[in-house]
Amino acid sequence: MTTTQRQASQTAAPLGSASAGPGSTAPRAGGRPKLSEKKRDGIAGYLFLTPWLIGFFVLTLGPMLISLYLAFTKYNLFTDPEWIGFDNFTRMFNDPQFQQSVQITLTYVLVGTPIKLAAALGVAMLLNYRSKGTGFFRSAFYAPSLIGASVSVAIVWRAMFNSDGPVDTGLGFVGIDLGGWVGNPSLVMPMMILLAVWQFGAPMVIFLAGLKQIPGELYEAADVDGAGPWRKFRSVTLPMLSPVIFFNLLLEMIGAFQIFASAFIISSGTGGPAGSTNFYTIYLYQRAFGDLQMGYASAMAWLLLVVVGIAAFVLFRTSKFWVHYGGDLK
Amino acid sequence: MTAIDTELAPVLPVGGQGQRTPKWKKRSTWVTVIWAAALIVIVAVVLYPLLWMVLASFKLSSDITGNVSLLPENPTIQNYVKVLQGIGGIPVYTFFANSLILAVGSVIGVVISSSMAAYAFARVRFAGSKIFFGLMIATLLLPFHVLIIPQYIIFQRLGLVDTFVPLLVVKFLATEAFFVFLMVQFIRNLPMELDEAARIDGARHPRVFFSITLPLIKPALVTSSIFAFIWSWNDFLGPLLYLNSTEKYPLPLALRLYNDQSSVSDYGATIAISVLALIPIALFFFIFQRFLVEGVATQGLKG
Repeated sequence: MTTTQRQASQTAAPLGSASAGPGSTAPRAGGRPKLSEKKRDGIAGYLFLTPWLIGFFVLTLGPMLISLYLAFTKYNLFTDPEWIGFDNFTRMFNDPQFQQSVQITLTYVLVGTPIKLAAALGVAMLLNYRSKGTGFFRSAFYAPSLIGASVSVAIVWRAMFNSDGPVDTGLGFVGIDLGGWVGNPSLVMPMMILLAVWQFGAPMVIFLAGLKQIPGELYEAADVDGAGPWRKFRSVTLPMLSPVIFFNLLLEMIGAFQIFASAFIISSGTGGPAGSTNFYTIYLYQRAFGDLQMGYASAMAWLLLVVVGIAAFVLFRTSKFWVHYGGDLK
Repeated sequence: MTAIDTELAPVLPVGGQGQRTPKWKKRSTWVTVIWAAALIVIVAVVLYPLLWMVLASFKLSSDITGNVSLLPENPTIQNYVKVLQGIGGIPVYTFFANSLILAVGSVIGVVISSSMAAYAFARVRFAGSKIFFGLMIATLLLPFHVLIIPQYIIFQRLGLVDTFVPLLVVKFLATEAFFVFLMVQFIRNLPMELDEAARIDGARHPRVFFSITLPLIKPALVTSSIFAFIWSWNDFLGPLLYLNSTEKYPLPLALRLYNDQSSVSDYGATIAISVLALIPIALFFFIFQRFLVEGVATQGLKG
């Protein structure tokens, strides 16, 4: 709050100082019926920003603070919150289901995201090989990204990977008998990761736009130096693409943390079988809205916020070692 | 960041370079054949689930499991007939209507509130605008988990649970920073001279906004509208939290009813309604795919 005020006074100071000292705003405004342009700008700015400001304070910042408070209480929505200090946080260390949900979510994010991005980059490079006639492929690859998080696709995914579904039957033809993936705790995670990888289209489109920006001269120069395809990929493509990789990594990891609908539908809301789809969001939802343990769930939410914040900070901090922004290579 | 880099793409002389194929781009026919074959294989794998889904909806429930063949042996529209009978005494068009109200409401809310906020950030100089802009960017990365519980408590205290209000009011208050950011980027690329000329002619901000900015950012408004529609149409968690009565369910919740109630013998109907629920998105995709793919490419928007 104080920073906002300081900022406000700093910007406001030069306006008044031209005509008179501080505190002279009132007589000046009284003397001239027409508002100065700067003032009109200020009013217009805040008027245009009103919906966003209400949304930010009432639906984002306010709720975050409420959530922070609830994280230190026991609250069931009907009786008043009861302050319990750090009990919610210490409870997490003795909650095997919580630890399982952390492990599952981290596996999904840390294994699924790199595979998805590798697929996206691979296909983008394939598409970038020629510039003409790839429009159809680009659109076809992008389609799953639009619908991948929908309930419809979750239902179809479940049907396809169920026992006797087409995946099980198809693998049976080539002599692999895994049975249904949906009911098998050790195959549910690969199935969820496949669903994520299937949606490689959105990051692929972003990679493709990045690849098209790499000047051809760099590859020509590499050719002259006798670089092979792998060397060109490592020394030209990857560094030139690093800002896009960084962007996709950030976006996809945050998206992966938030998986909900597919896991909910595939497990019918239980997080099963044997807790294998007990993602962080699912567990938080169950604690908050199934058992009405709003305090504990708020503590989980804030822990996630802090962890995601630290992860993003580390990613931004380390980015200067591996992300090359335009210019330094040209 | 990237979004800003790619934003500059149209300014770069891309056309000049592409006039003749550079040496490093010349390829032998064999490589081209292998390249095309690889792409076709990948496309087949990617589209298989969608194709399977559509064709399975015309299969008898007993034919859906136990074979990999795509084409139905005994084509039937029985599944769709069953879907049209509704569920729990509620006709299926109710769910479609609810989804449509929420999606159209979202589009209107997002377009109005986000374009206003974007104009303020991009074109109006006022105290605190930089700080608010930074906060807006920060909310892009905010995990929604931290908001669902307190937001639910607020709406519950206001007696708005089991109405569409909580689902729509967030759209009218520009809480989805993606759209604000997309429009800010777009407005910043417009020539400032137009605004200045209008201001000299005596037009004030509202006038400039309506007569100059809005008409010029139509592509950004279209892209935002499409994404707002599709995200609302697919949204599952929001309706799951706020809607209790079946007659208020949008399609994702109705699909869950079908999914949980149907045994394996009734697979067909569940898949049929899943197909129906995707039709509007498919239509959007076929009509606006350019907008969608370009929107993603330039702004880093997710699907």
